[in-house]
Order: sequence, then structure tokens, then C-alpha cells
Amino acid sequence: MASHILSWIVFTPLLGAFAVLFVPQRSTHLIKWITLSTTIVVFGLACVALGFFQASQGGFQMIERALWIPQFNVQYLLGTDGISFPMVFLTAIISLLACLGSFGIKEREKEYFFLYLLLETGMMGTFVALDLFLFYVFWEVVLVPMYFLIGIWGGPRREYAAIKFFLYTLAGSLFMLLGILGVYFAASPHTFDMTQLVGMTRGLWFQKVVFLAFFLGFAIKVPIFPFHTWLPDAHVEAPTPISVILAGVLLKMGTYGFFRFSYPLFPDAAVWFQPAMAVLAILGIVYGGFVALAQTDFKKMVAYSSVSHMGFVLLGLAAMNANGFRGAMLQMFTHGTITGGLFLLVGVLYDRAHSRDLNGFGGLGAQMPAYAGILTFFSLASLGLPAMSGFVSEFLVLLGSYQYSKVVTGLSTLGIILAATYLLYMVQRVLLGKLNPKWAALTDINFKEVLTLAPLMVLILAIGVYPRIILDYMIPTLDALLKIVKG
Amino acid sequence: MVAPIPVALIPLLPFAAFAVNILAGRWLKHRAAWLSVATSTLACALAIPLCWQVFRGAHFAHQATWLMLGEVPLQFGYLLDPLSSTLLFMVTIVGTLIQVYAMGYMRGDPRYSRFFAYVSLFMAAMLTVVISNNYLLFFMAWEIMGLCSYLLIGFYFEKDSAANACKKAFLTTRVGDIGFLIGFLTLFAAIGTLNFSEMNSIISGAGATPLNTTLLSFAAFFIFCGTIGKSAQFPLHVWLPDAMEGPTPVSALIHAATMVAAGVFLVARSFTLFAAAPNVLPVVTAIGTITAFGAAFIALTQHDIKRVLAYSTISQLGYMVTALGLSGLGAGTFHLITHAFFKALLFLGAGSVIHGTHVQDIREMGGLFKKMPSTAVTFIIASLALAGIPPLSGFWSKDEILLTAFASGHTFVFGVLLLTAFMTAFYMFRLIFLTFFGEARNPKVHAHESPALMTLPLWALAVGSVVIGIPGSPFMHHWFQKFMAHASHYPEYEPSLFVMACSIAAAVAGILLAGVVYLKQKHWAENTAKAFRPLYLLSFNKFYIDELYSAYIVKPFHAIGRILFGFDETVVDGAVNGTGYATMLLSRIKNWIDIHIVDGFVNFTGAFAYFLNSFTKRLQTGFIQNYLLIVVAAVLAFLIFELKSI
Repeated sequence: MASHILSWIVFTPLLGAFAVLFVPQRSTHLIKWITLSTTIVVFGLACVALGFFQASQGGFQMIERALWIPQFNVQYLLGTDGISFPMVFLTAIISLLACLGSFGIKEREKEYFFLYLLLETGMMGTFVALDLFLFYVFWEVVLVPMYFLIGIWGGPRREYAAIKFFLYTLAGSLFMLLGILGVYFAASPHTFDMTQLVGMTRGLWFQKVVFLAFFLGFAIKVPIFPFHTWLPDAHVEAPTPISVILAGVLLKMGTYGFFRFSYPLFPDAAVWFQPAMAVLAILGIVYGGFVALAQTDFKKMVAYSSVSHMGFVLLGLAAMNANGFRGAMLQMFTHGTITGGLFLLVGVLYDRAHSRDLNGFGGLGAQMPAYAGILTFFSLASLGLPAMSGFVSEFLVLLGSYQYSKVVTGLSTLGIILAATYLLYMVQRVLLGKLNPKWAALTDINFKEVLTLAPLMVLILAIGVYPRIILDYMIPTLDALLKIVKG
Repeated sequence: MVAPIPVALIPLLPFAAFAVNILAGRWLKHRAAWLSVATSTLACALAIPLCWQVFRGAHFAHQATWLMLGEVPLQFGYLLDPLSSTLLFMVTIVGTLIQVYAMGYMRGDPRYSRFFAYVSLFMAAMLTVVISNNYLLFFMAWEIMGLCSYLLIGFYFEKDSAANACKKAFLTTRVGDIGFLIGFLTLFAAIGTLNFSEMNSIISGAGATPLNTTLLSFAAFFIFCGTIGKSAQFPLHVWLPDAMEGPTPVSALIHAATMVAAGVFLVARSFTLFAAAPNVLPVVTAIGTITAFGAAFIALTQHDIKRVLAYSTISQLGYMVTALGLSGLGAGTFHLITHAFFKALLFLGAGSVIHGTHVQDIREMGGLFKKMPSTAVTFIIASLALAGIPPLSGFWSKDEILLTAFASGHTFVFGVLLLTAFMTAFYMFRLIFLTFFGEARNPKVHAHESPALMTLPLWALAVGSVVIGIPGSPFMHHWFQKFMAHASHYPEYEPSLFVMACSIAAAVAGILLAGVVYLKQKHWAENTAKAFRPLYLLSFNKFYIDELYSAYIVKPFHAIGRILFGFDETVVDGAVNGTGYATMLLSRIKNWIDIHIVDGFVNFTGAFAYFLNSFTKRLQTGFIQNYLLIVVAAVLAFLIFELKSI
């Protein structure tokens, strides 16, 4: 098993999904427990892989290689390194916790959990595929279950949101496919193999064009301003656990793409586009922050805060130095845990009040003290309070971007102030003040819900207090990447 | 030198109390307070012997790598030098006393254990700020203090005023903190380290590599923004008066003695940096002087006992900042320490008054001296110290600041500070005469003295307020100033009798005037307010700064948010939906073309063939004789045609 650990991680959810298919529709308990155990097993496998992972090594590890379509030299090629492994781990955790959060699903459970597990396979595959063709396949596999999960189990405008999400990302990924083909045909011999493609040289003009093609695919996924408008709609309509997956994992696929493909394959173009990336980062950070401030829908506010926070990942990428890269990678992980937690918390409240109107709440701090404590915790984490992981990542990004440009750094700090503003404004409107008598019957957060949030809190604190527990895994790979980009 | 005990325990003990109280407070109930007080006392017991050793010349430091910043290791650890040990001494003692007091003050509160959890977290953060050896750790703990301040100001969060105040406090200080963050990022870019000792040696031992003074000046300026926010200096002072919504022990601990003083400590900690950035020091002085004067001016007309004290705190912090701006490291730090004792005492005294009377408006008090003797006597001692009456502690430290201003040739600053000292004495004794003397103005108020748990800390702090100035006084040959100067070099001045005389005269004049106005000639106050109405309104309405901020910062911020959201929905998302609709429209048009033109052509071809066939089909009659007729006719026609040509 040890030599195929990544395959196990990718395909165990698929096995679980097929197991779900063989369970009668009515045995909803069994379906839920099969899914939960599958995600637990996947998490266990990720922990096993962590044991195999050699943090000091910068290159790819645990490589699995087999010829898949010989005519086109397409390979089944999996591997991981300090960039993808944290994402695999994040996916395993978020999938497990969101699965616990899915136990409240009350209709068509069989299809839901089947699609849920299919989604996990797609996400895991995206992060470990090292063959561009295989990567594209997994990338698109993610789209399909997500479309149904939003479109069937979502809110009132679910069909609009699902179609928008599907078409928008599909449109982007088609450009990416063109880019992939461009890379394939430009390489001699023709190959999709990342381990070979990275070392090859390409002309600047070609790099720029293909960089842009990849950029569209990734930018829509991140999402980078102005490609972000599918996100609030998808988040607002998606059921809570799917929002968690969306924010926790799917958005990272975009920034992961920059780290994994755009930068190492087109380093000269990356340098050429550096100012543009920085400007887009700033726009996202500040614009997302301002728009989040104007929201009255709790979920939409968190969605726009994602636009702002993912801007920091882009800023770290744009900085193109050691601290920027480290900060960006850490921010990807951090944002997954913090925003995932915030979406879970929105769900906890929505399950009870059936409302997300921020102006309609108030004074819940006394009514739901434990909920209030946890919501405050995640809000503080999101606004970058020190001793929590968000601070470390934003600090590193700012340190990196400072080396690149003082103006850019100065402007981006406006986003930090905005984050504090919209989050505390939200906390005040939900938790503080007099209790609205309408909510006098709301019960506090229950044990199961705390169970889904507690691991995230532990991670946030652990990384915030001693970031090396995760950064040490990333640094060798990121330093190697920096050498490729900067020469 | 590594300290003989694990110094990390000093902040970790209160932190443990926080962890236990926040998780198990529900079951601990009143024992939560004992836990907090016990850990704080233990931290105090650990800290004081260490401080003592530092006072006698020792120096402790230790660090370990926390994070790699590029290739540079960032090392977290502690640094116990004269500056930090002085603060450590003050914070552990004052903090513990205030917590003892809080046990009595908060008794019966439904969120009793939560209160002590927050206070313990605050103690942990404050102690970390004090002993930290680098800017990042300092900043992290500094922000945690801000969090505790937020949580404790909003402790009675059911009140809208408290909910607004805590948000305002966090966001206002956050603006300064972002400046601080940019400041130490700049510093890192300039000298490549965030460690205090390394920074000091790089800057003072310059020569190996030339320093970028422009960058250092920027660093110093932005770091000072942190002080402006945290120490409530103009123009970010607006949060501190509102912070009085918190329970009074919190006002004493966080918003008078320790956290707000941390901003001053930050400048003191960065003293070498500021000394190397000479064009920033005038800014520091100016901000400090404006704050000292402006806040004292506002304090003259406020009615809420805690708000008067809050403006007084802002004013005194301005004093300290001014001292540091004039390179008076010893003077500023000295005043920080003495102020912590007497201002904590004043707040606790005010808390005792509120506890005993359940009102906060001084117009409803009066004649409380007899009913609350311990509170009144200790409050008066603290006020005398604040007003600067010798030989109480405040006299010595204030005198040191005035001396620095005078001897360094800043006569204008000296004059303003002297005027401020006069106003300070006046508003404090206005407060005392209205609260403790005269007749009771509100018959509904039934005052009673507070329990011993509250009055004992008052007396302890009163003793502190009297004696804590002695190490910096001529009685100990200005030991404190020499002790501070030993570590960092700054100009020292010979004591001046003229300055002392001015200081005493200002204080006595202020007290006497307050006595006349509020005990004898009671109509004077109203007449003055009428005569100088614009000035009175300016003071009473706090220079209208809150209104300005609301109109020109807060509202525009929200408006920008709404405008951008509208833009997002109509333009950005409009483009996406527009693309969708355009595609749909295009597909409908194509559908029409497909049905009517492309397919129409196909159908037309068929229909046309059908049309033609409608003629030709008539030939297909099915009668053999018709066909024969046509054949015969055709043959005949052919023959005619052929024969004619012959």
C-alpha cells in the first residue's frame, strides 16, 4: 500500500461512493455512516502519507507512474510535494468535517452522499495529478458533483447559481485546456508530464499567451477580481457543507494552479505579469473588503471576505520572494480552515433561525454563549488576530510584498482594517446589543456542531502559535520553486 | 544571561488561568477569581526577585527560533533589562491588586468567571509585551491586549453603548496598529532584524554598513502610529473615553495603568531607533503636547466621574509621550510608573463610589466623604499625586518631565505642560469637591462604604502612590534616572528649583481655584461657562472630533462599500449575466435562423419539388392509351422535324 498511498487517497472516496450506490435509498443512516467512515479513512490515509512525507526534500515524492493513453503519451502520474501535500491534508480535514455537517441533509441522501464522495475524489486528484491531461480530467470531475450539489440541495435560486458556477468555471477551464494543448505540442517529445515539462525552455511570447490561458482557468476558480461574481451566488445558494468545501478547498485549486503550473512552466511570463498580478491582488483585497462591509446577508458577507482574503494569496504570489510564497501557501491553508469554520457557523445559525439577515439578529451573545464564543473566535481569526494562523500568513505576505513594493503593501493593509471593520460590525449585529425577542427560543450550539468546529480551532491556534509545524513542510519546495522562477 | 527561573512562566501562569476559566468557568463560579488572583500573585512572586536582580545590575535574555523570514531566523524570547524589569515590577503588582479589588467589585455578576478569564488573558498578554525581545512578539501580544480590551469594554454587551464602544476601541486602535505593523516591516527592510537588542547594536554601532536614515525615519514614524492608537494620543484618542463602558476594574487595569501605557513603552523600547530618526522626535513631542493639553481641557467640563478620569489619563499619557519626544526616556518611564499607581487608584476609587452610590454623574453626588471615608481619603491621596503635590510620587515624575522640557530649551512646550498641570489640579479637585464634599445633591442616592476586599487594594495603591516616586527623587539621588540612563544614553539635566516652584505653584493654584469655585462661589462655574460659551462648548463636546470622524470617515467608508456593492451587482455581475443573456439571445436568433432559413431552405427544396410535381404528376394518369397517344404524338413530331430538314 505504501507505494500507492496517493492512489488510495484519491480513489478511496470513489470506492465509498460506489458502496453508497449499493445501499437502499431508505437506509439513510447507513449511507451517512459509510460516507463518514470513508472520509475518516481518507483522513487516516493522509496522516499515513504525512508519515512518509520527507519535509526536507523539495522535489516530488510518492510518485506513481503508469502509461494511460500511449498514443498521446498520457500518463497516470501522481505525486506530491510541499505545495500539494498541505492541500491534500486540508481537503481530507475539510471533507471529514463537512461530512459531519452534512448529517442534517434530509432529502435524497443517497445521491447527495454519492456526489459528495465523488467530489472528494475529484479534489484529491486535482491536487496530486502531475500529468496535465490527468489534472484536467480531475479538475473537470470536481465540477459535475458540485453542480448537482448546489443545484439540487441549494437555496431558492439554486439552479441559477449552479448553472452560473458550472458555465463560468467551464468557460475558464476550456482556455486552460487550450493552454495545456499548447504546452503539449510545444514540448518535444510531446508530453503532459510535469516532471519533464518544468525543465524545458519556452519563448517569452509563447509563455505569455499560455500563461494567460491558464490564468483564465485559475482566476475564475480563485476567484480573482473581476471574475468573482459566481462566488457569492454559489455560496449563498449552496447548502452549508458544500459552502464549506467550496471555500475550504475549491478556491484553493485556483491558487494551487498558479503554484503548480503557471509559475514553474512559465517563469518568464510570471515575472512579466508580476505588476498586473499585484494590482489584481490589491483590487481583490480592497474591493472585496468594501463590498463585504455593505452586506446584510451573513453568508454573502463571508463570501466577499473570501475574495478579499484570497487576494492575499495572490499578493504573496505576486511578491515572488521567499516570504511572499510562504505567506501565500500558508494563507491558502489558513483561509480554508477559517472561512470553512465561518460557513459552518452561518449554517448553525441558519438551521435554527432560518434567516441570514444580519440586521435581523442582535443580542445572541447572551442567548447562545457558546456559539457567541466560537463565532467571535473565528471572526478574530479571520481579521488576522495574532496567535491565530491568519496573522502569520498575512504577516509573511506583507513582509514579502514589502520587498516588492511599498505602495502595494500600504494599500493592502487597508484590507486588514476593512476585515476588522466588517467582521466586528457583523459580530455586533449578531451577538451584541439587546436580544431580539423573536430569537428567544434559539438553542445554543450543540455538541456535534462543536465537534465539527473544534479541530479547525485547534489547527488555527496551533499554526498561529507555532507556524513551523506546517511551514517546515512547505519551505523546501517553495524555495525550489523560487529558484525556477527567479533563475 | 539566561534567567535562573523559566521567565516564560510569568505570562504563562495567567494564561493557564485564562484557559481554565474560559473552558471550565461554568463549574468554577467564584473560584475562577481565586484562580486568576493566585496565578497573578505567583507571577508577581516570580517576577519581583528577577526585577530586583536587574535593579542591581543583572541582565537576562534568552531566545529560540520561531520562524524563518526568508533566510533570517526570527527568534522569540525574553529580554529583561532596566526598562522591561521596571514595567514588569509595576504590571505584576498593580495587576494583582486590581484583580483582588475586582473580586469584590464584580461579585454577583452573571458572567463572573468570564470576566476573570479575560482579565487573566490580558495579564498574560501584557506581561508578554513587557518581556518580549522583538517587535513581532511584542506586536502579537499587543494585539491580544487589544482583543481583551475589546472583550472587556463590551463586557455588558447588551447595552448598545457598550457594543458600540468596544467596536470603536478595536477599530481605532487597529488603525494605529496597522501603522505599527508597517513600521516594523520597514525596520526589517532597513536593518534586517526585528530583535530589540540587535536593532540597538546595529543602529548605535553603525559604521560597518551605512544606515538608510530615511527608511529608519519612516520606520520610527509608523511605529509611533501604534503608540498613537494604543496610548490614545490625538488624533486616535477618541476610543478611550468610550472605553469607560467596561467594568471599572478594567478601566483601572487596561485603560489607565497598563495597556494604554504600553504605547509609551513602545516608544521607550524603540528609543535607539527614534534617536536615530531625529526628524520624527518633534512629531512625537507635538502629538504628546497637543494631547496633554487638549484632553485636560476637555476634562474640565465632563460630568461622568469615569470620563473625567479617562481624559485625565489621555492627558497624562500625552505628558509621557512629550517626555519621550524630548529624549527624556527616564522622565517618561518614571511618569508611566507613578501614573500607573495613582491612576489605577483613582479608577478603583471611582469604582468604589459607583459601587456605593450606583450613579456615575458627579452632579448627583456630593458629601460622600463621611459615608465612604476610606475611598475618599485614598482618592484624595491619588489626586494630590496626580496634581503634583510634593512629596507624592506624581510630583517627582511630572517635575522630571517639566525639567526635560525646560532644560532642553523647549520653553513653549514647558509652558503648555505647566498650564496643563494647572488644569489637571483644577479638574481633579473639581471632581473631589463635587463628589466628596458639600451636601448630598441627590436624596435618592444612599451611599455606603465598599467591602474590605475593595478598600484594602485602595490603601495598598495609596501607599504605592506615595512612595513609588522616591527612587527618582533627590532622597535616593535620582537612582531611577541613572538606572535607566545606564542602559540607553540620553541627556540628563540638573534638577532646577525654578521648575519645581512653577510646578508646585501650578498645582496649588489649580486646587485653590477649584476649592473656591466648587465650595464657595458656586455661581462662578456657570458664569464662566456663559461668558466663554464657545470655549465651553468646545470642551464639553470634545472638540467635536467624534462627529467629524463619523461624518468624514465612518459614513464614507460604509457608503463606498454600498457603492462598490452596487457596482459589483450591476456592472461586474451584470457583465457576467449580460454574457449569459447575450448568449441566450444569440442562440434564440440562431434558433430562428435555423428554423426559418437553414431548415426553411431544406423545406423549401422539398416544397418546391412538391410544387413542380403538382404539374408533372398530372401526366401520370395511369391510362395506357394516354401514354400511347403521347408516344405517337412524339414520334409524329420527330418525323415532321426530320422530314422538314430534308
